[in-house]
Amino acid sequence: MDKIPILKLGNILLVTIQIDMHDQLAIALQDDLTARIVSAHAKGVLIDISSLEMVDSFIGRMLGNIAAMSQALGAQTVVVGMRPAVAITIVELGLPMENIQTALNVERGVEKLQRAMEKYEKGTPR
Amino acid sequence: MTKQKSRLIEIFEKYEQEILEDWMREQIASITYRKDLLTEAGLRKQSAELMGLIITASRSGNVTDISAPEWKPVLDFLAATSKTRAAQGFTTQETATFIFSLKQPVFARMKLELGTNAVALAEEIWIATVLLDKLGLFTAETYQKSREDIIRRQQMELLELSTPVIKIWEGILVLPLIGTLDDARTQVVMENLLQNVVDTNSSIAIIDITGVPAVDTLVAQNLIKTVSAARLMGAHCIISGIRPQIAQTMVHLGVEFGDVVTKASLADALKYAFQQAGITVT
Amino acid sequence: MSQKEPETIEIKISEDILRARQSVRTCMVDLGFSLIDQTKMVTAASELARNTIDYGKGGTMRIEYPAEEGRTGIRLIFLDHGPGIADIQQALKDGFTTGSGLGLGLGGSKRLVNDFEIRSEPDKGTQVTVTRWR
Repeated sequence: MDKIPILKLGNILLVTIQIDMHDQLAIALQDDLTARIVSAHAKGVLIDISSLEMVDSFIGRMLGNIAAMSQALGAQTVVVGMRPAVAITIVELGLPMENIQTALNVERGVEKLQRAMEKYEKGTPR
Repeated sequence: MTKQKSRLIEIFEKYEQEILEDWMREQIASITYRKDLLTEAGLRKQSAELMGLIITASRSGNVTDISAPEWKPVLDFLAATSKTRAAQGFTTQETATFIFSLKQPVFARMKLELGTNAVALAEEIWIATVLLDKLGLFTAETYQKSREDIIRRQQMELLELSTPVIKIWEGILVLPLIGTLDDARTQVVMENLLQNVVDTNSSIAIIDITGVPAVDTLVAQNLIKTVSAARLMGAHCIISGIRPQIAQTMVHLGVEFGDVVTKASLADALKYAFQQAGITVT
Repeated sequence: MSQKEPETIEIKISEDILRARQSVRTCMVDLGFSLIDQTKMVTAASELARNTIDYGKGGTMRIEYPAEEGRTGIRLIFLDHGPGIADIQQALKDGFTTGSGLGLGLGGSKRLVNDFEIRSEPDKGTQVTVTRWR
Protein backbone atom coordinates (compact mmCIF):
# COMPACT_ATOMS: atom_id res chain seq x y z
CA MET A 1 0.00 0.00 0.00
CA ASP A 2 1.28 3.47 -0.82
CA LYS A 3 2.16 5.87 1.94
CA ILE A 4 2.24 9.63 2.23
CA PRO A 5 5.85 10.67 2.94
CA ILE A 6 6.64 12.78 6.02
CA LEU A 7 9.72 15.00 5.77
CA LYS A 8 11.59 16.37 8.76
CA LEU A 9 13.01 19.89 8.53
CA GLY A 10 14.54 20.91 11.86
CA ASN A 11 11.76 20.66 14.39
CA ILE A 12 9.04 20.83 11.72
CA LEU A 13 7.43 17.89 9.93
CA LEU A 14 6.36 18.56 6.36
CA VAL A 15 3.61 16.48 4.78
CA THR A 16 2.77 17.04 1.13
CA ILE A 17 -0.42 15.34 0.07
CA GLN A 18 -0.08 14.82 -3.64
CA ILE A 19 -2.68 12.21 -4.46
CA ASP A 20 -6.40 11.85 -4.08
CA MET A 21 -6.43 9.91 -0.81
CA HIS A 22 -8.70 7.00 -0.14
CA ASP A 23 -9.95 6.64 3.40
CA GLN A 24 -7.40 4.07 4.63
CA LEU A 25 -4.54 6.20 3.39
CA ALA A 26 -5.91 9.18 5.31
CA ILE A 27 -6.22 7.11 8.48
CA ALA A 28 -2.69 5.70 7.98
CA LEU A 29 -1.35 9.25 7.66
CA GLN A 30 -2.96 10.20 10.96
CA ASP A 31 -1.24 7.24 12.68
CA ASP A 32 2.15 7.79 11.01
CA LEU A 33 2.15 11.48 11.73
CA THR A 34 1.35 11.19 15.44
CA ALA A 35 4.06 8.55 15.81
CA ARG A 36 6.59 10.75 14.00
CA ILE A 37 5.77 13.82 16.13
CA VAL A 38 6.77 11.83 19.20
CA SER A 39 9.85 10.09 17.74
CA ALA A 40 11.21 13.24 16.06
CA HIS A 41 10.35 15.57 18.95
CA ALA A 42 8.65 17.82 16.40
CA LYS A 43 7.18 21.14 17.49
CA GLY A 44 5.38 21.96 14.27
CA VAL A 45 3.51 20.20 11.46
CA LEU A 46 3.03 21.68 8.02
CA ILE A 47 0.49 20.02 5.73
CA ASP A 48 0.66 21.12 2.10
CA ILE A 49 -2.60 20.40 0.31
CA SER A 50 -1.94 22.49 -2.82
CA SER A 51 -2.26 19.37 -4.97
CA LEU A 52 -5.59 18.32 -3.46
CA GLU A 53 -8.46 18.84 -5.87
CA MET A 54 -11.11 18.13 -3.27
CA VAL A 55 -11.59 18.08 0.48
CA ASP A 56 -14.73 16.30 1.63
CA SER A 57 -15.96 15.91 5.21
CA PHE A 58 -13.77 12.83 5.73
CA ILE A 59 -10.52 14.55 4.75
CA GLY A 60 -11.65 17.70 6.55
CA ARG A 61 -12.19 15.71 9.71
CA MET A 62 -8.79 14.05 9.31
CA LEU A 63 -7.11 17.46 9.06
CA GLY A 64 -8.96 18.58 12.18
CA ASN A 65 -7.95 15.41 14.00
CA ILE A 66 -4.30 15.85 13.07
CA ALA A 67 -4.38 19.45 14.36
CA ALA A 68 -5.98 18.38 17.64
CA MET A 69 -3.70 15.36 18.16
CA SER A 70 -0.58 17.38 17.38
CA GLN A 71 -1.71 20.02 19.80
CA ALA A 72 -2.07 17.33 22.48
CA LEU A 73 1.47 16.18 21.70
CA GLY A 74 2.83 19.73 21.94
CA ALA A 75 3.11 20.50 18.23
CA GLN A 76 1.38 23.23 16.18
CA THR A 77 -0.24 22.46 12.83
CA VAL A 78 -0.65 24.75 9.81
CA VAL A 79 -2.44 23.66 6.63
CA VAL A 80 -1.15 25.46 3.53
CA GLY A 81 -1.97 25.88 -0.14
CA MET A 82 -5.70 25.20 -0.22
CA ARG A 83 -7.06 25.91 -3.71
CA PRO A 84 -9.81 28.53 -4.18
CA ALA A 85 -12.31 25.99 -5.55
CA VAL A 86 -11.68 23.69 -2.59
CA ALA A 87 -12.09 26.53 -0.08
CA ILE A 88 -15.39 27.65 -1.64
CA THR A 89 -16.69 24.07 -1.63
CA ILE A 90 -15.76 23.53 2.03
CA VAL A 91 -17.65 26.69 3.00
CA GLU A 92 -20.76 25.58 1.04
CA LEU A 93 -20.53 22.11 2.52
CA GLY A 94 -20.39 23.66 5.99
CA LEU A 95 -17.30 21.85 7.26
CA PRO A 96 -16.18 23.26 10.61
CA MET A 97 -12.48 24.08 10.20
CA GLU A 98 -12.13 26.89 12.73
CA ASN A 99 -9.56 25.04 14.80
CA ILE A 100 -7.22 24.67 11.84
CA GLN A 101 -4.53 27.27 11.21
CA THR A 102 -3.94 28.08 7.55
CA ALA A 103 -1.44 29.89 5.35
CA LEU A 104 -1.16 30.71 1.66
CA ASN A 105 1.90 28.62 0.89
CA VAL A 106 4.73 26.63 2.48
CA GLU A 107 6.88 29.75 3.01
CA ARG A 108 4.12 31.64 4.82
CA GLY A 109 3.24 28.47 6.67
CA VAL A 110 6.74 28.10 8.05
CA GLU A 111 6.68 31.75 9.24
CA LYS A 112 3.35 31.20 10.91
CA LEU A 113 4.53 27.97 12.53
CA GLN A 114 7.67 29.62 13.87
CA ARG A 115 5.64 32.42 15.44
CA ALA A 116 3.21 29.91 16.93
CA MET A 117 6.04 27.73 18.25
CA GLU A 118 7.76 30.72 19.88
CA LYS A 119 4.52 31.73 21.55
CA TYR A 120 4.00 28.15 22.71
CA GLU A 121 7.51 27.93 24.13
CA LYS A 122 6.85 31.08 26.14
CA GLY A 123 3.99 29.29 27.77
CA THR A 124 1.04 30.81 25.96
CA PRO A 125 -0.39 28.08 23.76
CA ARG A 126 -2.05 29.14 20.47
CA MET B 1 -43.95 17.55 -52.34
CA THR B 2 -41.40 14.79 -52.72
CA LYS B 3 -39.25 14.35 -55.82
CA GLN B 4 -40.37 17.28 -57.89
CA LYS B 5 -38.49 18.50 -60.90
CA SER B 6 -38.34 22.18 -60.20
CA ARG B 7 -37.38 24.74 -62.78
CA LEU B 8 -36.11 27.00 -60.04
CA ILE B 9 -32.53 26.02 -60.77
CA GLU B 10 -32.91 26.80 -64.47
CA ILE B 11 -34.21 30.24 -63.67
CA PHE B 12 -31.48 30.85 -61.14
CA GLU B 13 -28.74 29.86 -63.57
CA LYS B 14 -30.18 31.66 -66.57
CA TYR B 15 -30.82 34.97 -64.78
CA GLU B 16 -28.19 34.91 -62.04
CA GLN B 17 -26.86 38.34 -62.94
CA GLU B 18 -30.31 39.92 -63.42
CA ILE B 19 -31.71 38.49 -60.22
CA LEU B 20 -28.67 39.73 -58.33
CA GLU B 21 -29.09 43.24 -59.76
CA ASP B 22 -32.81 43.31 -58.93
CA TRP B 23 -32.12 41.92 -55.48
CA MET B 24 -29.48 44.58 -54.83
CA ARG B 25 -31.88 47.30 -55.93
CA GLU B 26 -34.55 45.82 -53.71
CA GLN B 27 -32.25 45.72 -50.69
CA ILE B 28 -30.86 49.20 -51.15
CA ALA B 29 -34.30 50.72 -51.70
CA SER B 30 -35.66 49.02 -48.60
CA ILE B 31 -36.07 51.11 -45.47
CA THR B 32 -34.24 48.35 -43.62
CA TYR B 33 -30.99 48.95 -45.53
CA ARG B 34 -28.28 50.06 -43.10
CA LYS B 35 -25.86 52.14 -45.11
CA ASP B 36 -24.13 53.04 -41.86
CA LEU B 37 -23.26 49.42 -41.10
CA LEU B 38 -22.73 47.84 -44.51
CA THR B 39 -21.40 49.42 -47.72
CA GLU B 40 -23.03 48.70 -51.06
CA ALA B 41 -19.92 46.85 -52.19
CA GLY B 42 -20.00 44.73 -49.03
CA LEU B 43 -23.67 43.96 -49.50
CA ARG B 44 -23.08 43.07 -53.15
CA LYS B 45 -20.29 40.70 -52.20
CA GLN B 46 -22.52 38.97 -49.59
CA SER B 47 -25.48 38.76 -51.95
CA ALA B 48 -23.41 37.39 -54.86
CA GLU B 49 -21.80 34.80 -52.62
CA LEU B 50 -25.15 33.65 -51.28
CA MET B 51 -26.64 33.46 -54.78
CA GLY B 52 -23.71 31.32 -55.88
CA LEU B 53 -24.11 29.00 -52.89
CA ILE B 54 -27.88 28.67 -53.40
CA ILE B 55 -27.36 27.79 -57.08
CA THR B 56 -24.75 25.16 -56.22
CA ALA B 57 -27.03 23.64 -53.60
CA SER B 58 -30.10 23.62 -55.88
CA ARG B 59 -28.16 21.77 -58.60
CA SER B 60 -28.58 18.66 -56.45
CA GLY B 61 -32.26 18.77 -57.44
CA ASN B 62 -33.32 19.11 -53.83
CA VAL B 63 -34.92 22.49 -53.24
CA THR B 64 -37.22 21.57 -50.36
CA ASP B 65 -35.11 19.99 -47.61
CA ILE B 66 -32.52 22.47 -46.41
CA SER B 67 -31.33 20.11 -43.69
CA ALA B 68 -29.77 17.90 -46.41
CA PRO B 69 -25.95 17.96 -46.62
CA GLU B 70 -25.90 19.79 -49.98
CA TRP B 71 -27.47 22.84 -48.27
CA LYS B 72 -24.90 22.94 -45.49
CA PRO B 73 -22.64 25.55 -47.19
CA VAL B 74 -25.69 27.85 -47.58
CA LEU B 75 -26.69 27.44 -43.92
CA ASP B 76 -23.11 27.96 -42.74
CA PHE B 77 -22.90 31.15 -44.77
CA LEU B 78 -26.24 32.42 -43.43
CA ALA B 79 -25.26 31.54 -39.85
CA ALA B 80 -21.99 33.45 -40.19
CA THR B 81 -23.72 36.44 -41.80
CA SER B 82 -26.49 36.72 -39.22
CA LYS B 83 -23.96 36.31 -36.41
CA THR B 84 -21.92 39.22 -37.78
CA ARG B 85 -25.05 41.28 -38.27
CA ALA B 86 -26.19 40.58 -34.72
CA ALA B 87 -22.81 41.76 -33.44
CA GLN B 88 -22.89 44.85 -35.69
CA GLY B 89 -26.26 45.90 -34.30
CA PHE B 90 -28.68 45.02 -37.12
CA THR B 91 -32.29 44.39 -36.00
CA THR B 92 -34.12 41.10 -36.60
CA GLN B 93 -36.14 42.71 -39.38
CA GLU B 94 -33.08 44.13 -41.07
CA THR B 95 -31.36 40.76 -40.93
CA ALA B 96 -34.35 38.75 -42.18
CA THR B 97 -34.93 41.18 -45.05
CA PHE B 98 -31.62 40.03 -46.52
CA ILE B 99 -33.31 36.74 -47.52
CA PHE B 100 -36.92 37.80 -47.91
CA SER B 101 -36.05 40.57 -50.36
CA LEU B 102 -34.82 37.89 -52.75
CA LYS B 103 -38.42 36.76 -53.31
CA GLN B 104 -39.51 39.67 -55.49
CA PRO B 105 -36.66 39.40 -58.07
CA VAL B 106 -37.02 35.60 -58.29
CA PHE B 107 -40.81 35.76 -58.73
CA ALA B 108 -40.45 38.46 -61.40
CA ARG B 109 -38.10 36.28 -63.44
CA MET B 110 -40.41 33.31 -63.06
CA LYS B 111 -43.26 35.35 -64.40
CA LEU B 112 -41.20 36.25 -67.44
CA GLU B 113 -40.17 32.67 -68.02
CA LEU B 114 -43.46 30.89 -67.35
CA GLY B 115 -45.91 33.73 -67.98
CA THR B 116 -48.50 31.80 -69.94
CA ASN B 117 -48.47 28.61 -67.91
CA ALA B 118 -50.39 29.65 -64.80
CA VAL B 119 -50.34 26.23 -63.19
CA ALA B 120 -46.59 25.82 -63.56
CA LEU B 121 -46.02 29.39 -62.39
CA ALA B 122 -48.06 28.87 -59.23
CA GLU B 123 -46.18 25.64 -58.59
CA GLU B 124 -42.74 27.22 -59.02
CA ILE B 125 -43.61 30.26 -56.93
CA TRP B 126 -44.78 27.96 -54.18
CA ILE B 127 -41.55 25.97 -54.23
CA ALA B 128 -39.45 29.14 -54.20
CA THR B 129 -41.54 30.61 -51.37
CA VAL B 130 -41.13 27.52 -49.20
CA LEU B 131 -37.38 27.47 -49.81
CA LEU B 132 -36.80 31.17 -49.16
CA ASP B 133 -39.06 31.13 -46.10
CA LYS B 134 -37.05 28.28 -44.63
CA LEU B 135 -33.78 30.08 -45.29
CA GLY B 136 -35.24 33.31 -43.89
CA LEU B 137 -36.44 31.64 -40.73
CA PHE B 138 -33.12 29.94 -40.28
CA THR B 139 -31.40 33.31 -40.57
CA ALA B 140 -33.74 34.94 -38.06
CA GLU B 141 -33.26 32.07 -35.66
CA THR B 142 -29.45 32.16 -35.76
CA TYR B 143 -29.64 35.90 -35.40
CA GLN B 144 -31.78 35.49 -32.28
CA LYS B 145 -29.39 32.92 -30.84
CA SER B 146 -26.40 35.15 -31.48
CA ARG B 147 -28.17 38.03 -29.71
CA GLU B 148 -28.86 35.81 -26.73
CA ASP B 149 -25.21 34.76 -26.62
CA ILE B 150 -24.18 38.40 -26.67
CA ILE B 151 -26.56 39.22 -23.81
CA ARG B 152 -25.31 36.31 -21.74
CA ARG B 153 -21.70 37.30 -22.31
CA GLN B 154 -22.44 40.89 -21.40
CA GLN B 155 -24.13 39.78 -18.19
CA MET B 156 -21.04 37.80 -17.26
CA GLU B 157 -18.78 40.72 -18.13
CA LEU B 158 -20.97 43.04 -16.08
CA LEU B 159 -20.66 40.72 -13.11
CA GLU B 160 -16.90 40.70 -13.43
CA LEU B 161 -16.68 44.41 -14.09
CA SER B 162 -18.61 45.16 -10.96
CA THR B 163 -16.22 43.18 -8.77
CA PRO B 164 -12.73 44.53 -9.29
CA VAL B 165 -9.98 43.39 -6.97
CA ILE B 166 -7.23 45.96 -6.42
CA LYS B 167 -3.78 45.28 -5.07
CA ILE B 168 -3.25 48.33 -2.90
CA TRP B 169 0.00 47.31 -1.23
CA GLU B 170 2.36 44.38 -1.30
CA GLY B 171 0.28 41.59 0.24
CA ILE B 172 -2.90 43.68 0.67
CA LEU B 173 -5.95 43.51 -1.61
CA VAL B 174 -9.02 45.76 -1.64
CA LEU B 175 -12.36 44.62 -3.02
CA PRO B 176 -14.81 47.53 -3.29
CA LEU B 177 -18.29 46.02 -3.49
CA ILE B 178 -20.98 47.98 -5.32
CA GLY B 179 -24.62 46.89 -5.48
CA THR B 180 -26.39 44.07 -3.70
CA LEU B 181 -24.75 40.78 -2.98
CA ASP B 182 -27.02 37.94 -4.10
CA ASP B 183 -25.98 34.30 -4.33
CA ALA B 184 -24.83 34.43 -7.96
CA ARG B 185 -22.79 37.55 -7.32
CA THR B 186 -21.26 36.07 -4.17
CA GLN B 187 -19.93 33.19 -6.26
CA VAL B 188 -18.23 35.57 -8.68
CA VAL B 189 -16.90 37.77 -5.87
CA MET B 190 -15.51 34.76 -3.99
CA GLU B 191 -13.86 33.22 -7.04
CA ASN B 192 -12.41 36.54 -8.08
CA LEU B 193 -11.07 37.42 -4.64
CA LEU B 194 -9.61 33.98 -3.90
CA GLN B 195 -7.91 33.72 -7.28
CA ASN B 196 -6.39 37.17 -6.70
CA VAL B 197 -5.22 36.10 -3.25
CA VAL B 198 -3.30 33.24 -4.90
CA ASP B 199 -2.03 35.27 -7.86
CA THR B 200 -0.75 38.21 -5.81
CA ASN B 201 0.29 36.15 -2.81
CA SER B 202 -1.71 38.46 -0.54
CA SER B 203 -2.52 37.50 3.01
CA ILE B 204 -4.83 40.44 3.79
CA ALA B 205 -7.99 41.35 1.89
CA ILE B 206 -10.19 44.36 2.68
CA ILE B 207 -13.81 44.04 1.52
CA ASP B 208 -15.25 47.54 1.35
CA ILE B 209 -19.05 47.64 1.41
CA THR B 210 -19.54 51.42 1.17
CA GLY B 211 -21.33 50.83 -2.15
CA VAL B 212 -23.68 48.14 -0.83
CA PRO B 213 -27.12 49.74 -0.35
CA ALA B 214 -28.37 47.43 2.41
CA VAL B 215 -26.99 44.63 4.51
CA ASP B 216 -29.61 42.04 5.35
CA THR B 217 -29.14 38.55 6.74
CA LEU B 218 -28.47 37.09 3.30
CA VAL B 219 -25.84 39.67 2.38
CA ALA B 220 -24.14 39.19 5.75
CA GLN B 221 -24.18 35.43 5.30
CA ASN B 222 -22.63 35.75 1.85
CA LEU B 223 -19.95 38.09 3.19
CA ILE B 224 -19.16 35.66 6.00
CA LYS B 225 -18.88 32.84 3.45
CA THR B 226 -16.38 34.85 1.45
CA VAL B 227 -14.37 35.66 4.58
CA SER B 228 -14.40 31.99 5.69
CA ALA B 229 -13.22 30.74 2.30
CA ALA B 230 -10.39 33.29 2.27
CA ARG B 231 -9.42 32.24 5.79
CA LEU B 232 -9.19 28.59 4.70
CA MET B 233 -6.63 29.64 2.13
CA GLY B 234 -4.67 31.54 4.73
CA ALA B 235 -5.83 35.08 3.97
CA HIS B 236 -7.22 37.45 6.59
CA CYS B 237 -10.30 39.50 5.61
CA ILE B 238 -11.41 42.86 7.00
CA ILE B 239 -14.83 44.33 6.21
CA SER B 240 -14.86 48.10 5.91
CA GLY B 241 -17.23 50.87 4.87
CA ILE B 242 -20.03 50.12 7.29
CA ARG B 243 -22.06 53.34 7.25
CA PRO B 244 -23.86 54.36 10.46
CA GLN B 245 -27.22 53.71 8.80
CA ILE B 246 -26.15 50.20 7.81
CA ALA B 247 -24.84 49.52 11.29
CA GLN B 248 -28.27 50.51 12.65
CA THR B 249 -30.25 48.25 10.33
CA MET B 250 -27.81 45.44 11.02
CA VAL B 251 -28.52 45.67 14.73
CA HIS B 252 -32.27 45.90 14.13
CA LEU B 253 -32.20 42.81 11.92
CA GLY B 254 -29.93 40.98 14.32
CA VAL B 255 -27.28 40.60 11.62
CA GLU B 256 -23.87 39.67 12.94
CA PHE B 257 -20.50 39.35 11.31
CA GLY B 258 -19.27 36.93 13.98
CA ASP B 259 -15.56 37.24 14.66
CA VAL B 260 -14.85 39.05 11.39
CA VAL B 261 -12.89 42.26 11.88
CA THR B 262 -15.00 45.25 10.78
CA LYS B 263 -14.00 48.90 10.39
CA ALA B 264 -16.03 52.03 9.69
CA SER B 265 -13.91 53.32 6.84
CA LEU B 266 -11.47 51.99 4.27
CA ALA B 267 -8.78 54.21 5.83
CA ASP B 268 -9.27 52.54 9.23
CA ALA B 269 -9.14 49.12 7.61
CA LEU B 270 -5.94 50.00 5.78
CA LYS B 271 -4.34 51.23 8.99
CA TYR B 272 -5.29 47.97 10.68
CA ALA B 273 -3.98 45.98 7.70
CA PHE B 274 -0.63 47.78 7.84
CA GLN B 275 -0.39 46.98 11.53
CA GLN B 276 -1.14 43.32 10.89
CA ALA B 277 1.40 43.10 8.10
CA GLY B 278 3.98 45.01 10.16
CA ILE B 279 4.19 47.85 7.65
CA THR B 280 4.96 51.40 8.81
CA VAL B 281 4.23 54.30 6.51
CA THR B 282 5.75 57.71 7.20
CA MET C 1 -23.97 18.09 -27.95
CA SER C 2 -21.85 15.26 -26.62
CA GLN C 3 -23.61 11.95 -26.56
CA LYS C 4 -22.32 10.25 -23.45
CA GLU C 5 -23.63 6.92 -22.34
CA PRO C 6 -24.91 6.59 -18.77
CA GLU C 7 -22.79 4.31 -16.62
CA THR C 8 -23.17 2.55 -13.29
CA ILE C 9 -20.40 2.15 -10.74
CA GLU C 10 -20.37 -0.27 -7.80
CA ILE C 11 -20.01 1.41 -4.41
CA LYS C 12 -19.03 -1.33 -1.99
CA ILE C 13 -15.64 -0.67 -0.40
CA SER C 14 -13.93 2.60 0.46
CA GLU C 15 -11.67 2.45 -2.65
CA ASP C 16 -14.88 2.75 -4.67
CA ILE C 17 -15.40 6.25 -3.25
CA LEU C 18 -12.15 7.26 -4.93
CA ARG C 19 -13.27 5.66 -8.21
CA ALA C 20 -16.62 7.45 -7.99
CA ARG C 21 -14.87 10.80 -7.49
CA GLN C 22 -12.57 10.18 -10.44
CA SER C 23 -15.41 9.14 -12.76
CA VAL C 24 -17.45 12.22 -11.88
CA ARG C 25 -14.41 14.46 -12.35
CA THR C 26 -13.63 12.99 -15.79
CA CYS C 27 -17.25 13.34 -16.96
CA MET C 28 -17.48 16.93 -15.78
CA VAL C 29 -14.23 17.88 -17.48
CA ASP C 30 -15.56 16.33 -20.71
CA LEU C 31 -18.80 18.30 -20.39
CA GLY C 32 -16.87 21.53 -19.89
CA PHE C 33 -18.02 22.39 -16.36
CA SER C 34 -16.08 25.11 -14.54
CA LEU C 35 -13.48 24.14 -11.95
CA ILE C 36 -15.74 25.30 -9.10
CA ASP C 37 -18.68 23.27 -10.43
CA GLN C 38 -16.43 20.23 -10.82
CA THR C 39 -15.11 20.54 -7.28
CA LYS C 40 -18.58 20.93 -5.78
CA MET C 41 -20.05 17.97 -7.62
CA VAL C 42 -17.05 15.72 -6.97
CA THR C 43 -17.24 16.59 -3.27
CA ALA C 44 -20.98 15.86 -3.19
CA ALA C 45 -20.32 12.54 -4.94
CA SER C 46 -17.69 11.69 -2.33
CA GLU C 47 -20.07 12.44 0.56
CA LEU C 48 -22.95 10.48 -0.94
CA ALA C 49 -20.78 7.52 -1.94
CA ARG C 50 -19.49 7.32 1.62
CA ASN C 51 -23.06 7.42 2.92
CA THR C 52 -23.95 4.57 0.56
CA ILE C 53 -21.23 2.44 2.15
CA ASP C 54 -21.49 3.57 5.77
CA TYR C 55 -25.27 3.63 6.10
CA GLY C 56 -26.61 1.77 3.06
CA LYS C 57 -24.23 -1.21 3.35
CA GLY C 58 -23.07 -0.64 -0.23
CA GLY C 59 -24.87 0.03 -3.51
CA THR C 60 -24.35 1.74 -6.83
CA MET C 61 -23.80 5.16 -8.37
CA ARG C 62 -25.31 5.83 -11.78
CA ILE C 63 -24.11 8.75 -13.92
CA GLU C 64 -26.63 10.24 -16.35
CA TYR C 65 -26.59 13.23 -18.69
CA PRO C 66 -29.98 14.93 -18.56
CA ALA C 67 -30.91 17.56 -21.16
CA GLU C 68 -34.02 19.66 -20.77
CA GLU C 69 -35.22 23.19 -21.49
CA GLY C 70 -32.15 23.77 -23.60
CA ARG C 71 -29.69 23.01 -20.81
CA THR C 72 -27.49 20.00 -20.15
CA GLY C 73 -26.15 18.65 -16.92
CA ILE C 74 -24.83 15.73 -14.99
CA ARG C 75 -26.97 13.62 -12.69
CA LEU C 76 -25.79 11.12 -10.09
CA ILE C 77 -28.10 8.50 -8.63
CA PHE C 78 -26.95 6.72 -5.48
CA LEU C 79 -28.93 3.59 -4.74
CA ASP C 80 -28.62 1.18 -1.85
CA HIS C 81 -30.73 -1.57 -0.34
CA GLY C 82 -29.75 -0.85 3.22
CA PRO C 83 -31.91 -0.12 6.26
CA GLY C 84 -33.28 3.14 4.83
CA ILE C 85 -33.81 6.42 6.61
CA ALA C 86 -36.66 6.71 9.12
CA ASP C 87 -36.84 10.51 9.31
CA ILE C 88 -35.54 12.22 6.17
CA GLN C 89 -36.09 15.76 7.48
CA GLN C 90 -33.93 14.98 10.47
CA ALA C 91 -31.27 13.28 8.33
CA LEU C 92 -30.97 16.42 6.20
CA LYS C 93 -30.15 18.56 9.23
CA ASP C 94 -26.50 19.47 9.69
CA GLY C 95 -24.86 17.63 12.54
CA PHE C 96 -27.37 14.79 12.66
CA THR C 97 -25.79 11.38 12.34
CA THR C 98 -26.51 7.84 13.38
CA GLY C 99 -22.89 6.93 12.67
CA SER C 100 -19.55 8.41 13.61
CA GLY C 101 -19.35 11.08 10.89
CA LEU C 102 -19.85 14.82 11.12
CA GLY C 103 -23.44 14.50 9.94
CA LEU C 104 -22.83 16.83 7.00
CA GLY C 105 -23.14 14.31 4.16
CA LEU C 106 -26.76 14.81 3.14
CA GLY C 107 -27.39 18.44 4.09
CA GLY C 108 -23.95 19.50 2.85
CA SER C 109 -24.28 17.71 -0.49
CA LYS C 110 -27.65 19.35 -1.00
CA ARG C 111 -25.95 22.76 -0.86
CA LEU C 112 -23.36 21.70 -3.46
CA VAL C 113 -25.82 20.72 -6.21
CA ASN C 114 -28.66 22.39 -8.11
CA ASP C 115 -31.30 19.68 -7.66
CA PHE C 116 -31.47 17.23 -4.79
CA GLU C 117 -33.98 14.45 -4.32
CA ILE C 118 -34.09 11.72 -1.71
CA ARG C 119 -36.38 8.73 -1.43
CA SER C 120 -36.10 6.17 1.29
CA GLU C 121 -38.11 3.36 2.74
CA PRO C 122 -37.25 1.62 6.01
CA ASP C 123 -35.73 -1.84 5.38
CA LYS C 124 -35.90 -1.32 1.59
CA GLY C 125 -33.15 1.17 0.88
CA THR C 126 -32.38 4.74 -0.11
CA GLN C 127 -32.05 6.56 -3.40
CA VAL C 128 -30.42 9.98 -3.58
CA THR C 129 -30.48 11.86 -6.89
CA VAL C 130 -28.37 14.98 -7.38
CA THR C 131 -28.10 17.12 -10.51
CA ARG C 132 -25.87 19.96 -11.51
CA TRP C 133 -26.73 22.02 -14.60
CA ARG C 134 -24.39 23.83 -16.88
